[in-house]
Amino acid sequence: MLLAIDTSVGSSVAIVDGERVLAERSVDDSRRHAELVGDLMRQCLVEAGVSSRGLDAVAVGMGPGPFTGLRVGIAAANSFAFGLGLPVLRVVSHDAVALEHLRAQPGPLLVTTDARRRERYWSTYAGVDAAGLPVRLSGPAVAPGTGLDEAVTDYESYVRLDAERVPAGWLGKLAAGIRLHDREFAAPEPLYLRSADAAVPGSRKRVTERRLPEQRLAT
Amino acid sequence: MSEPLAREPLTREPLVLGIETSCDETGVGIVRGTTLLANTIASSMDEHARYGGVVPEIAARAHLEALTPALAAALAEAEVTLDDLDAIAVTSGPGLAGALMVGIGAAKALAIALDKPLYAVNHLVGHIGAATISGGGFESEPLELPTVALLVSGGHTELLLVRDLVSDVELLGATIDDAAGEAFDKVARLLGLPYPGGPEIDRAALGGDRDAVRFPRGLSKPADLERHRYDFSFSGLKTAVARWVERHEDAGDPVPVADGAASFREAVVDVLVSKAIAACTDLGVPHLLLGGGVVANARLREVAVERCEEAGIRLRIPPLRLCTDNGAMIAALASRLMAAGRAPSALDFGADSTLPVTQIQA
Ligand SMILES: [Zn+2]
Repeated sequence: MLLAIDTSVGSSVAIVDGERVLAERSVDDSRRHAELVGDLMRQCLVEAGVSSRGLDAVAVGMGPGPFTGLRVGIAAANSFAFGLGLPVLRVVSHDAVALEHLRAQPGPLLVTTDARRRERYWSTYAGVDAAGLPVRLSGPAVAPGTGLDEAVTDYESYVRLDAERVPAGWLGKLAAGIRLHDREFAAPEPLYLRSADAAVPGSRKRVTERRLPEQRLAT
Repeated sequence: MSEPLAREPLTREPLVLGIETSCDETGVGIVRGTTLLANTIASSMDEHARYGGVVPEIAARAHLEALTPALAAALAEAEVTLDDLDAIAVTSGPGLAGALMVGIGAAKALAIALDKPLYAVNHLVGHIGAATISGGGFESEPLELPTVALLVSGGHTELLLVRDLVSDVELLGATIDDAAGEAFDKVARLLGLPYPGGPEIDRAALGGDRDAVRFPRGLSKPADLERHRYDFSFSGLKTAVARWVERHEDAGDPVPVADGAASFREAVVDVLVSKAIAACTDLGVPHLLLGGGVVANARLREVAVERCEEAGIRLRIPPLRLCTDNGAMIAALASRLMAAGRAPSALDFGADSTLPVTQIQA
């Protein structure tokens, strides 16, 4: 039984036992992850009627997602797992969206989520494999919202899904499936897909006017 | 303090783990009551060097990477287990929002996983809490109150009046532009010195004449003192140093860096200490506490010692490892809140980058 957390879009937490979602709480607010994550975790544990000591892993969405919110879920997952000596099962957040959709409607799928700054994070999927897990073809990547048809190869061949949330229940099912079938988890680095906003300072700006010889003569 | 349990068997002091991520240090500290058991600090300072100042996004990314290893290191240093803890504490503000959120997310999850109470506390009051800590090679007398506190770092510059650590802290004044540490960083750049500016300017000032240039003391003119008696301003000073550098460059002379560094440092130290002592005198409070990373500056400590002695003020400077941002001070403040019978924080607090000093617990 595992705790699943995703804060790549809104905040979503679930308790998942294999294919069964015992509790799931989500809030779509894309700014209040730090406020929400604790209450959502506690509510899920209460609703599922399990103690934190009854869990055997923590699944977490590694993004892609806007930095600040994404980190809250990962930090929470890391320390929850550390606190109980549990493994962290890291998955690509888009894969959870794809799993939910592909179970209902197999076929080529394009998943996108809001990347702010008028950009979208995107990933493409061929469908599901024999184990019922999504097969990602490309991405996750980031592209201008109006230029996805150029960024995605064979754009027209996909069903496009602009996801407003990443449900932690599906994220938990995905992690359980990856663990069961011994597939690869995501890397420990969050999928920021953008470098940190920072500019190396340029040369110093003068604070005084440079005094030219003519000016000296004039005064 | 070697055997607190033997002396007070019925009132076990709480074992608290504190998490601090408000700026560029990832701090995890553990105290039992006011006794220091661990103080692990991981800094992302080197990653900010090429930008000449703390880059919030870089700091936040570094916190995420450093936090779990810091938790493990602190527990090992303290030789306690997570199950032994009586509470978790975390900084909820003021500070860099994105950086604070990493600590908050982690602290909430840890508290829920372990089913322990969680205390969200004020970073600035945490710096005062640092003065209550003893152990780790130093002993601390009880904090004498009321006290004026001068907190100076790269992120903040405040003058506080502390009547009670857990219930009565008042902001007397603060910087209206750059923090003191920030001024050191920016002026270091003007003088062609690397980041972080504090230690570099200290080094450059050795052998320099601190009276070579009379740089301006911000908000110290009579008219300014009326409205900003306990406030600070360092942007005018920074501009004055820039002008001074340009004058030398325009004349084709080498910039006398040692004199510039010593004179700049003197101006900063003078205004910091003068205003702190004025607060003590005005308010009739004969105690001054220093905190924040700029306390590492030797000249600041020296001048503070001299002038406090002259004014009959008792000066208190915690060990440097407790003056810079750290988790132990956060744990110590929570421990005092617990001793005062305060209930844990509700789980829905967020990061408050401008949390007022009057809000000691979120
Ligand atoms: Zn600080």
